[in-house]
Amino acid sequence: MDWIKLLNAFWVGGLFCVIAQLLIDYTKMTPARIMVSYVMAGVILTAMGIYEPIVNFAGNGATTPIIGFGYTLAKGVAKAIDEKGFIGILTGGVMGAAGGISAAVFFGLLFSLLCKPKAKNPKR
Amino acid sequence: MDITKKQYDKMVKKASPPSKVIRDVIFAFLIGGAICTVGQIVNMCYGFYIQNQDDVSALTSMTMIFLGALLTGLNVYDDIAKYGGAGTLVPITGFANSIVSPAMEFRTEGYVLGVGANMFKIAGPVLVFGISTSVIYGVIYFFMR
Repeated sequence: MDWIKLLNAFWVGGLFCVIAQLLIDYTKMTPARIMVSYVMAGVILTAMGIYEPIVNFAGNGATTPIIGFGYTLAKGVAKAIDEKGFIGILTGGVMGAAGGISAAVFFGLLFSLLCKPKAKNPKR
Repeated sequence: MDITKKQYDKMVKKASPPSKVIRDVIFAFLIGGAICTVGQIVNMCYGFYIQNQDDVSALTSMTMIFLGALLTGLNVYDDIAKYGGAGTLVPITGFANSIVSPAMEFRTEGYVLGVGANMFKIAGPVLVFGISTSVIYGVIYFFMR
């Protein structure tokens, strides 16, 4: 077991969450806005070549936070354009993130059908 | 020192936010970090059997999404989120949570317009702006490469 890798994943991942928590507490940004900003930041940081080194350093500390979704999108676009040219602009992003999107849709549907929400008023 | 109730309330307000913020930040760091560490462990397990690094990353994301959806379905994730705050929001498990949670809540309104439509209340904007940004990046990349 590579303990350094785990440690780096822990503190880098934790740090991304701390930034979001500070934004929530001080700017009153809604969770939805935070997630959208994070994904866009992921694409932009990857485009600028800043995020790849962070991924190499922190592994899942950088890819598990939702910024990593932006990283996957941006990487997919660049790869598809390199391989197929123009069409990659529109196919690359979703192709790169296809597994994650399908998993989210399917498991989301599955568990929302299988499970019941907690009763909001338990006394009734 | 003589202070009115109003002044006292003001002092309380002034004194309380930092401690609440510090508590929030510590929990966000610990829980968010822990979820990412789980992701790293899952990644290493897959890496043991699968050579292609892209496949390993994709499988890891899918597994984390699966876990997030499962824990939301079992009503466990929201309990963790009470303490975790952004620590449960930012990891990809929070993305799964944002899909399952409204879908479960709106099931009474039917499968198509209840479950199907409300699944994307938060995930929808994330996909819209994430994918659109990636397309803009694609255009720039195509012409600048």
